[in-house]
Amino acid sequence: MPATIVQTNAVPFARVEIDPVTLDIIENALRNARIEMDATLVRTAMSPGIREQGDAFPLIADPAGKMIVGQFGSFIDGFLQNWDGTLEDGDMIFLSDPYSVGGAISHSNDWLVLLPVFKDGRLIAYTSMFGHQSDIGGKVVGSMPINAHSIFEEGVRIPPVKIWKKGEYNEDLVRLVMHQTRKPDWCAADLNALIASCRVAARRVIEIATRFGDDVYYSATQELLARNHRAMKTLLGQAVSEEPVSFEDYICDDGMGYGPYRIRCTMWREGDRVVLDFAGTDPQSAASINFYLNENMFKMFFGIYMIMVFDPQILFNDGFYDLIDVRIPEGSLLKPRFPAALSGRTHALGRIFDILGGLLGQKTPEFLNAAGFSSSPHLFYAGNDTRPGKGNQWFQLFQIGFGGIPGRPLGDGPDGHSLWPGFTNVPNEFLERYFPMRIERYETAPDSGGAGLHRGGNGIHMTYRFLSAGTISIHDDRWFVPPWGVNGGHPGARARKVLEKADGTSTIVGNKVEEVAVEAGDQLHFITWGGGGWGDPLDRDPALVGKEIVQRLVTAEGARAYGVVADSTGVVDPAATEALRAKLRDGRGALPLFDFGPGIVALRAACEAETGLPAPIQPEWPHVLAAQEAAE
Amino acid sequence: MGYRLGVDVGGTFTDLLLFDTETGAFWRHKTPSTPHDSSEGILNGVTAICGKAGIAASQIDFFLHGTTVATNAVLEGKGARVGLVTTEGFRDVMQIARSFVPGGLAGWIIWPKPQPLAALEDTVTVKGRMSAEGEEVRPLDEADVRAQLGVLKGNGVEAVTVSLINAYANGAHEARIGQIAAEALPGVPVSLSHEVLPEMQEYERTLTTVANAAVRPVVGRYVANLRNRLAGEGMVGKLSLLRSDGGLMSAQKAEEHPVNILMSGPAGGVTGAIWVGRNAGIRNILTLDVGGTSTDVALIENLEPRRQRTTEVGHLSVRASALDVKTVGAGGGSIAYVPELTRALRVGPQSAGAVPGPVAYGKGGTAPTVTDANVVLGYLPENLLGGTFQLDREGAKAAVQTVADALGIDLMAAARGIIDIVNENMFGALRMISVQQGYDPRDFALMGFGGAGPLHVNAVARLMGSWPAVSPVSPGVLCALGDATTRMRTETARSFSRLATETVPEELIAVLDEMAAQTRAELIADGVPEAEIASEFEVDVRYAGQAFEVPLTITPDVLRADGIAGILARFDEEHKRLFTFNMDTPHEIVNLRAVALGRALDLPAAELPAGTGDPSAARIRDHEVWMEGRLMPAVIYDRAKLLAGDVIPGPAIVCEMDSTTLIESGCVGTVDRVGNILIDLA
Repeated sequence: MPATIVQTNAVPFARVEIDPVTLDIIENALRNARIEMDATLVRTAMSPGIREQGDAFPLIADPAGKMIVGQFGSFIDGFLQNWDGTLEDGDMIFLSDPYSVGGAISHSNDWLVLLPVFKDGRLIAYTSMFGHQSDIGGKVVGSMPINAHSIFEEGVRIPPVKIWKKGEYNEDLVRLVMHQTRKPDWCAADLNALIASCRVAARRVIEIATRFGDDVYYSATQELLARNHRAMKTLLGQAVSEEPVSFEDYICDDGMGYGPYRIRCTMWREGDRVVLDFAGTDPQSAASINFYLNENMFKMFFGIYMIMVFDPQILFNDGFYDLIDVRIPEGSLLKPRFPAALSGRTHALGRIFDILGGLLGQKTPEFLNAAGFSSSPHLFYAGNDTRPGKGNQWFQLFQIGFGGIPGRPLGDGPDGHSLWPGFTNVPNEFLERYFPMRIERYETAPDSGGAGLHRGGNGIHMTYRFLSAGTISIHDDRWFVPPWGVNGGHPGARARKVLEKADGTSTIVGNKVEEVAVEAGDQLHFITWGGGGWGDPLDRDPALVGKEIVQRLVTAEGARAYGVVADSTGVVDPAATEALRAKLRDGRGALPLFDFGPGIVALRAACEAETGLPAPIQPEWPHVLAAQEAAE
Repeated sequence: MGYRLGVDVGGTFTDLLLFDTETGAFWRHKTPSTPHDSSEGILNGVTAICGKAGIAASQIDFFLHGTTVATNAVLEGKGARVGLVTTEGFRDVMQIARSFVPGGLAGWIIWPKPQPLAALEDTVTVKGRMSAEGEEVRPLDEADVRAQLGVLKGNGVEAVTVSLINAYANGAHEARIGQIAAEALPGVPVSLSHEVLPEMQEYERTLTTVANAAVRPVVGRYVANLRNRLAGEGMVGKLSLLRSDGGLMSAQKAEEHPVNILMSGPAGGVTGAIWVGRNAGIRNILTLDVGGTSTDVALIENLEPRRQRTTEVGHLSVRASALDVKTVGAGGGSIAYVPELTRALRVGPQSAGAVPGPVAYGKGGTAPTVTDANVVLGYLPENLLGGTFQLDREGAKAAVQTVADALGIDLMAAARGIIDIVNENMFGALRMISVQQGYDPRDFALMGFGGAGPLHVNAVARLMGSWPAVSPVSPGVLCALGDATTRMRTETARSFSRLATETVPEELIAVLDEMAAQTRAELIADGVPEAEIASEFEVDVRYAGQAFEVPLTITPDVLRADGIAGILARFDEEHKRLFTFNMDTPHEIVNLRAVALGRALDLPAAELPAGTGDPSAARIRDHEVWMEGRLMPAVIYDRAKLLAGDVIPGPAIVCEMDSTTLIESGCVGTVDRVGNILIDLA
């Protein structure tokens, strides 16, 4: 049963003519309101994940729930279809359960608030924001157990509930929720910050409507949606062919020894509509790497990638949604069945963007970037601080790391930068001041960026020295299947994790591990993947390669991938370089559009030798096979 | 007292304002800038303005100067070659920066990879380590230090910066490296991060120190050259530069700490607005400084401008105090266009700049700009700059017509649309510094200056509800006026990082006293008499765990009377105003700041003779403007002939040498006793 909207004023908004100038002014005003939401959040949140790293996403929607501004698309329509209750002035919805909102948030760590905005008795807008909570209880610190088999192991699940009901705050509800987390102080501050951001935006919407008139405001939002629809229709006709193209990539493993998991997407156009079909994607995992992908969210990702090149000033909104048809097989990695675990979804979420790039780039070279949007490396470190004078105090750290940005048509990929919008790293001095650790190294990993005319960005080699015993967990990917290069560019280097004991012995640690015990004095080398290269590395200026040897971004050995012969001080031998380049050119065939590395079979065979880790075991899905056989 | 000369060097013009401190009389002059050597343009201006005033350059006591020399050195990468010494394991501190990529999702596709301010090949690391508590973990390896400095010497660096991990907690290793560098690289200036910015966060501290080192030789050369040239003209007065925070510092001090003058340029307009506001009796002001390519806005509350702890230059965010000036890419030269895909009307951020400039300037520009729209609508009459410059109205019409055709509307509607959009962009920037900071713009006047500010100030004031809209005296040289009328300033900051419950007032007072003594000594060393120095204090408070602090002004007396609880109550009030809620979380006292100020000069403005209220003696001619969707009659006035108390009904246009004020229909402008035009709703 859909939601019942209680309005004391039943007069519908009238559609009125809007001149183009007023429309643009309202568009700008809404854009500013959204920027204000971000600013409010970052200033008042407390968890390092939000206040230092910016892991949060705002939106403003029309009364039907269509997103007018924001970046991850609107889930509101889906929520309204399933909300068996009323929505009225003074209400605010609070939720975290992905299964209640069709995957609009994709793991329980993301807390979302939704504020219906009423003006003079009529629903005029929604404002909403969600942010990643550093801990929501559950079986492990940080609440993202890679080895969970169901969502019940992943901390508190909040179905859509009214945190405010007709202007009254539900304090008992909040106490109940806060009782579940290891960090109620962070969660309380972050929740306050989300609420404050939504209220600020609601105030702006009401101001805009007051300034221009409610009917003008409403009509403007509808026209903005329509404008976006028209623009996307033209763009899709130009950029997407009727002939299907497919692209596939892999999640390396599920943290339980199985992998890789294939994600496949096929795109074609039927008249005005584009179909994006994930048929061929592997079934869901028994562990938590499942990514409940909301169709509307994927439409938004797709639209943003399309529009970025043509008119970056355009305001992304939901207007074009009916031009896109997203098909995701039930029970697949991207649409798992309840109660599948979801907390480790970040790898598939990142990989979706690599797939999008590869899919679009096949026919439109202006889109073709290499891979590198591959994961969101997490480190968790928790325990009781055993250092003298620290009173055995509980600490827990959740930190997001970064790899290298891919080689691009524009040029080299930046080293150690974030592909996630708005994210920043945590200052190392902040880490050392507030956690029992010393950062011994925070540098880019030389040669990790894939060779190319435009080099892929290097990943980061970060070395933590733990000063107190505790446990660490690691979630990363791209350790088995490398980030691919394009147009002749080479793949980037893969991720690695090495634990070095105080006595000097080292062990390779997996890239998805839970609760590994560490002792004071241990060092963890947390090395992320590099971005794939773009274009033929043999065309890169040898002088630039020599300079990057001096800069220690590339080594003399690594320079050979560019066909450059140089010594460790960066002095290039021109004759030897020319000879090597000629030899390499002769020995290779036509340059591939994509360079995925040696392929899954070869990667598997060489895995132990190259990575120090056993090759992942091919997952099997007996029920799927049985169903297929039955069908035959 | 004698004469103060304010000089502001812009991209196109050098503005000068000579102020007679006895009478409040002033003379102004505009002369073309000479980018190859700014001092040339400055000297031309000095000669001209002294001629106007009938004085000799030697009679000028103070030469006060706002300059973008440091800004441009950073933006154009023309700073010194800086060698960076950092801790082993942190070579890429500048390369990785904060890992931030602007532009939202997929923004990385079109973001150019930045080059660090200290090149990686000029970055070396040394062995030795301090902990976050300031204890030595590993001693400094001096042989290693000498070897690494040798590398920098071999590279030919022009300046050395030392920025080690946790140096904010203990700077001993940095200090030692500084000593060794003085021996190993004699004559090469060395900057130490714990001296330039003793604050946590290695990237920000390193960047700030590197920026300081990079611009130091540039600023040094600039100041030395200027000093010599001025001395050659017989000028004996004191040379001071405008800081980014709106205070003045001696030229010598600016040479040592040029990071404090990175935003010297925009600060001048804000300090000028304060002087105007003081004389006009207006204490709350939003400023609107409209130039050719961009607009700067700032907020002044009770004649105090809002300051922030960071200075934004290009994509870099340097930790040095600056006025909270926001810039939008909207100015007279902003280009209007209609993208084929969306058919939306966009204005800026692309600009026609000074060359080729707007179509109406007849210098080869073909793209329709904001200035062209103003010309088409009749807001900019065809004679500019006192009639020496003819505008090409037909050319402007043809250019704006292309926008009209793309939108399917008529010429005038398109022109007004361009103006409305650019006004809206300015409005957006003003909201960020007012509404978004919890201020109600209706409590503020809006002051428009710069070449085009007075053209837009009336319309933007209408959007904001900020009345009156003010067109100050000499809006075209307000920055130079600000340079001439502000006062000496210095400040220092210290991390405190303690819970409020663990702090007693006496402790705070002791630290504040110490900081006051330090800053006062700096001003005394700069030649300010001790009796004239005033001290002010600020304390930054937040809920423990937050990233954002609220700065609160305090005095030791108030602290004694109200205790720590008094501060916290004020914090809670401010937090609620900004963010709509309070929390039970404990409060943390984060930073302390002390400011020392030279004497506030009581510089009066010269009064105009009183008129009858009827401005017709200043009338130049009748005119027509497009407003409210139709052509309507308007009158053009000569600002130089207006008298105090004159009341000008809109629509009207007031012209002067370097600026044009537009009074819209439905509004009325009143000339105050010192010549400002205050526009209100009729």
